[in-house]
Amino acid sequence: MTNLGEHRRWIAGLLRGRGSLIAQLVLLIGLLSIPALGLAQETSSASAAVAYRDLPQLGGSRNLVWIVAQIHLLFAGFVLGVPIFAWVCEVIGVRTGDPRYDKLAKEFTKLLTAAYSTTALFGAILLFALIAFYPRFMGVLSDVFYASYLAYAALFLLETVTLYLYWYGWDSMQDRKGLHLTLGFLLNALGFFLMMIANGWATFQNSPVVLPENLTGWERAWAGINNPTFWPLNIHRVIGNVVLGGFICGAYAGIRYLSATTAEERVHYDWMGYVGNFIGVFGLLPLPFAGYWLTMEIYRYNQQMGITLMGGFLSWLFIIQAVLIGVLFLGSNYYFWLGLAYRTEGAERHKKIILLMLIVLLLCFGVWMTPHSLVASLQEARAIGGTHHPVLSVLGVMSAKMTAVNLMILISFASFLLYWRANKVETVSWAKGARVAQVGMIVLGALYLLWSGVYGYFVPAVVRVYVLSVSQVLVVLAVLILVTVISILSMRNARESGVLRWGRIPPRASYALVLNALMVILLMSLMGYARSSSRVHWHIYGLLEDTSPYAFSPALGEASAVMASCAFIFCLIVSFIFWVASLPSEKASGFEKAEPASAVVAGELTAR
Amino acid sequence: MNTRRGIPLLVKFVAVLVGVYVGVRLVRPPLPSSLVMMYMTLTVCGVLVYVSIYAETWQEFSAPLVELFRGSPERGGLWQGGRQVVLGLIPLLLGFGVYQKVTPSFTPPAEQRVVHPAPPFEVMGLTNPLQQRPDRLQEHLELGARVYFQNCVYCHGDRFDGEGHFAHGFNPPPANFVDAGTIAQLQESYVFWRVSTGGPGLPAESTPWNSAMPKWDTMLNEEERWAVVLYLYHQTGWKPRTWE
Repeated sequence: MTNLGEHRRWIAGLLRGRGSLIAQLVLLIGLLSIPALGLAQETSSASAAVAYRDLPQLGGSRNLVWIVAQIHLLFAGFVLGVPIFAWVCEVIGVRTGDPRYDKLAKEFTKLLTAAYSTTALFGAILLFALIAFYPRFMGVLSDVFYASYLAYAALFLLETVTLYLYWYGWDSMQDRKGLHLTLGFLLNALGFFLMMIANGWATFQNSPVVLPENLTGWERAWAGINNPTFWPLNIHRVIGNVVLGGFICGAYAGIRYLSATTAEERVHYDWMGYVGNFIGVFGLLPLPFAGYWLTMEIYRYNQQMGITLMGGFLSWLFIIQAVLIGVLFLGSNYYFWLGLAYRTEGAERHKKIILLMLIVLLLCFGVWMTPHSLVASLQEARAIGGTHHPVLSVLGVMSAKMTAVNLMILISFASFLLYWRANKVETVSWAKGARVAQVGMIVLGALYLLWSGVYGYFVPAVVRVYVLSVSQVLVVLAVLILVTVISILSMRNARESGVLRWGRIPPRASYALVLNALMVILLMSLMGYARSSSRVHWHIYGLLEDTSPYAFSPALGEASAVMASCAFIFCLIVSFIFWVASLPSEKASGFEKAEPASAVVAGELTAR
Repeated sequence: MNTRRGIPLLVKFVAVLVGVYVGVRLVRPPLPSSLVMMYMTLTVCGVLVYVSIYAETWQEFSAPLVELFRGSPERGGLWQGGRQVVLGLIPLLLGFGVYQKVTPSFTPPAEQRVVHPAPPFEVMGLTNPLQQRPDRLQEHLELGARVYFQNCVYCHGDRFDGEGHFAHGFNPPPANFVDAGTIAQLQESYVFWRVSTGGPGLPAESTPWNSAMPKWDTMLNEEERWAVVLYLYHQTGWKPRTWE
């Protein structure tokens, strides 16, 4: 142990103070790669004869680009999502004067700085791989977007500078919080614009628009970027990034909680895990709506692509997606319920309502993952009379799915509400009325979801898609907002019925946090693949055909293996980065020594 | 240790699993094993979530299992014997499962059939030209009926339910137009495309296809194919899917 400790301190010492140097090196690599962008454009004519190159030794160029792009996207999602809530935490810290929020925001940002350079590194590898293996495609893409490359590089440079000012100025700007918060806001704004440009390139591949000949470089780039699926993807990714960042931070806190050796550490990482899970759930609630909008726009742009995605050979991915999202909802609620049971007093009184919520959640999960067309053997299919089950296949269509997911959102919100109010007693005179109104709204909302879900079977598709589904979304959003506002107002000056006992949650709560993060990573890998492969054999849909030997859509098993590999590699690198990031703080830690979390909880249980 | 009276939690756990399993198996026609597996996995996860939320229930649930695996010297001979049997059964069951998996079988593997293959560009958004002549609706319906009963009825049946004379010779069976999941979910252009190009016209994705549907555009003219599409919607009472 001593040797290991010395090693860790030595590594920490080696890295301490050199973070900026490493970052500068990566930045340098990024800047050096800018000429490659120009080279890509030049190669459009020079390499017209060479459309593709391959490296079969590395599993083929397609798989290589796929894996690198996915890992880059996962890191990018993390580094774009984390600053959003780090900044929000800092704002809360300034407004409430609670130093815990400032510490938390700083810890989030520490993870961000550690992951930032890796994101850039994978971005550079992706660029090199695309130029090397897909010169014709890069030539066409550069022909449209070359002006945006300059904007991207400039924004990246500005974002990097802002990030380092934000991070390294944290302590020195404690007296100038206004300036520091401005830097944080700027960091988020730059990150958002950076993401938008890259989204423009990616969405152009799926939904290209006609570009007139007489446009300038900037006009041409903007016309290409502002394509039909551009805005839905922007919104979807911003929310998705918050979810990814929240759950990864939650998982980080979960692991730190498991390995915590002091009481103070346990309290801090229990709380951090709670905040991470809260942020993840907060983003998860509107995420299906954004996904629905994106898919609707894909259908609008090209029904063929929409059918391939949702009804054709890619539709099986949505069953996997349903399972992953279902596990995510279950895991998040489980974490809330554990918090309720272990952190609050008198939690026994919630047993029945938790059981009810769990049963409804499981029923919704069951509906959510029931396929329209069943996987059946020959004998089973004969017994059913086809692959459509006369009873259960009704659960496989949109009406049932939308109802199930909206109900899951309502239940998750109710779980949070239960937790939020668990240790508070309202003191306002209208508290009882507020509670009745809140319960009434949730129940009425659920009843409307059920009614519209059933009614959806009896109306034309256009009514279902544009009226009923949209109204379901609006009703759920209205319930979420109204109930939250009533809660905030009714809990003003609320009396605390007991303190929240942080640091006593059992280890399985940490495992739930890790599971949630894993689900989100797999989910992003899965849906990224679904969106990309809905183009089938096109690099740019309808414009530039994929004529490489890899122009086929892989079998689901093979695709799943690649996606799982992406998730595994990402987790491996993230674990390493977080381990490195945690090194310097250990020496500085003055926490009082205590038993590890798992030992304390086990002891507590035995005592009971 | 379980200090409560009544049915032990572990027994309730098993009872819930058995109850759900029996319930799922009672559904008629029987559900495929893939779906049964999904529902049972969900049930196990759900029950585990519930018993592990509160410390007391978790303790009550896990204590007998911990005791089983760790052993309990103070227990009587009957319990010890039962424990040996259970511990012996576990590897045997696992071994049997592995044996079942690796034994060669003549059963064809389960299929992941694609329900809605994507139609080609050129047929997307086509509208039925016969719909634009409501004054000649009866005439078009008669044409559609003639085409249907001369060509389609043998597989799709005289009640449009996919139960024609030849239906049982095909896998997958012919489409059941009365079912809410077939033409009711599709646009007329889609149905027209499927009638026109049949099995051979299905896209390259998700091959091989098993459709036995003939390529009718070589045997019926365009008006006859639109007429039969019109007739199908008229007879089943479904409205074609639209986006307007």
